Amino acid sequence: MEEVKLYGFGPSPFSYRVIWALKLKGVKYEYIEENLPMKSPKLLQHNPVHKKVPVLVHGGKPISESLVILEYIEETWPENPLLPKDAHEKAMARFWIRFAEDKYPTLNTFFRTVGQDQQLAIKEALKVLQILEDQALGNNKFFNGNTVGLVDISFGWLAYWFDCIEETAGAKIIKSNNLPRLHEWIKNFKQIPVIQENLPSRDKLLAYLKTKREKILSCIFIPNGH
Amino acid sequence: MAEELKLFRTWSSPYSLRVVHALKIKGLEYETIFEDLSSKSASLLQYNPVNKKVPVLVHNGKAICESLVILEYIDETWKQCPLLPRDPYEKAKARFWAKFGDEKLSSSIWNVLISQGKEQEEAIAAAVQNLKLIEEQLQEKKFFGGEKIGYLDIAFGWTANLISILEEIIDLKLVDEEKLPLLSAWMQNFSDDPVIKQCWPPRDKLVVKFQAMRESNLKTVLSQ
Repeated sequence: MEEVKLYGFGPSPFSYRVIWALKLKGVKYEYIEENLPMKSPKLLQHNPVHKKVPVLVHGGKPISESLVILEYIEETWPENPLLPKDAHEKAMARFWIRFAEDKYPTLNTFFRTVGQDQQLAIKEALKVLQILEDQALGNNKFFNGNTVGLVDISFGWLAYWFDCIEETAGAKIIKSNNLPRLHEWIKNFKQIPVIQENLPSRDKLLAYLKTKREKILSCIFIPNGH
Repeated sequence: MAEELKLFRTWSSPYSLRVVHALKIKGLEYETIFEDLSSKSASLLQYNPVNKKVPVLVHNGKAICESLVILEYIDETWKQCPLLPRDPYEKAKARFWAKFGDEKLSSSIWNVLISQGKEQEEAIAAAVQNLKLIEEQLQEKKFFGGEKIGYLDIAFGWTANLISILEEIIDLKLVDEEKLPLLSAWMQNFSDDPVIKQCWPPRDKLVVKFQAMRESNLKTVLSQ
C-alpha cells in the first residue's frame, strides 16, 4: 500500500474537501498541518507552481488543486463512488464542480467589503445561491442525489464556513425562508458522520476570520463623508 | 438510434475550437450552430441556462457545457483515439496544467494584449515565465499527449493560434525560438496537424478582433 500524505491548513475549506473525500473512501493518510503564511520546504517542493495547500502526495507523487485532487481520489480508490456512473450525469456533476470553483470569489466578496460595496456583493452572492437552489439542487437531498458526492464536497464550505463568514462580516444571507432547499441541504450535509467528525473548531475559525477581515478592511480607503 | 451531435459555437471562440478538435480527432459527425453572442439563440439559453455561453455540446438532446468538461465527456463516450492518459496520476497532471493554462497563463497573455510601455514589459516577463512552465511539461515529447495529440494539446491549442496573432498586433515576439525551442516546435507541430489545420478561424478576422479589444481596453485605462 503506497503511503498517502495530505498537506493542509486548519481554516482552509479546500483542505477539508480532500479530508472528506479520503475519509468517505476509508483511505488512510498522514496529515501535515502547514503553518501558513509560512510555507514548509516540503510544500514548496511539492507545489512549486502555486505554493498552496492542499497537496496530496501519493507514493511520493504530488497532486495539487483541490478539485484535481478530488478526481484523482475518485479514480484511484473506486470504492464508495462520489461521481455518477452515467457519462452525462458525470458531466453535469463536473459542470457544478467548476461552478463551485468559478463562483467562490463572488460568494466571498461580501467578507472583503463594507457599506454599499458589501450590499452589492451580498446581492451578487444571492444570485449565485439562487442558481444552486433552483438548478443544482432541485428536489434532491444532496447535489449528488440521495448520497453525497464530489459536488456536495465542492460546496461543502457553504455548510459550515459560510455561516462563520456571515457572522464575522455582519451579514445573514442564507436563511430558511429565502433559500429553503439550500438551508435543508446544509442541515443534511452536516449530519453525515464523516463530515460532522471532520470540521475545524468553530471558535478557532471565527478568530482566524476576524483577524483576516480586520487586515483586509485596514487596507480599504474610506473617503470622507461615508 | 443514430447519434445526434450538435455543437453551439462562435467563429472565434478558442474554447469552442477545443470541442471541434476533439470531435474531429475522434472522427465524429456533428451539426454546427454558430451563435451571435450579442443576440443569443433561444436554444443556447435553453441548453446552457446557467452560464449562457458557448461551447455547448448536445448529444441526443442532452447538453454538456464548459469546454474541458465536454472534452472529458467526449473521451469517455467515444473510446477511439483516447485523449486523456489512462494513468490517474498522469491524468491529474494533465488536468492541473489545463487549469493553469485557463487561469494563470491566459490572464498573463491577456495582460500583454491590453497594456503598453513599462506595464507591457512586465506583463511580457510574467507571460514568458508561465510559458516556460508549460514548456517544461513537454520535455522531449512531440506533443503533451506523447506521440499523438491529446487532451492537454487541445487545452493549450489556443496558444498555437492566438499568440502569433498577439505578436503581430504588438509587434513583439513572445515565443522566441531560441528561448522557448520546445514550445515553438510544439506550436508548429500542432498547427501542421491535418485535423487542426483545417479548423483555424480566418486569421485576418482574428487580427481585427484582437486589435479592437486592445484598443478599447487601452482607451478605458487612459480614461480612468
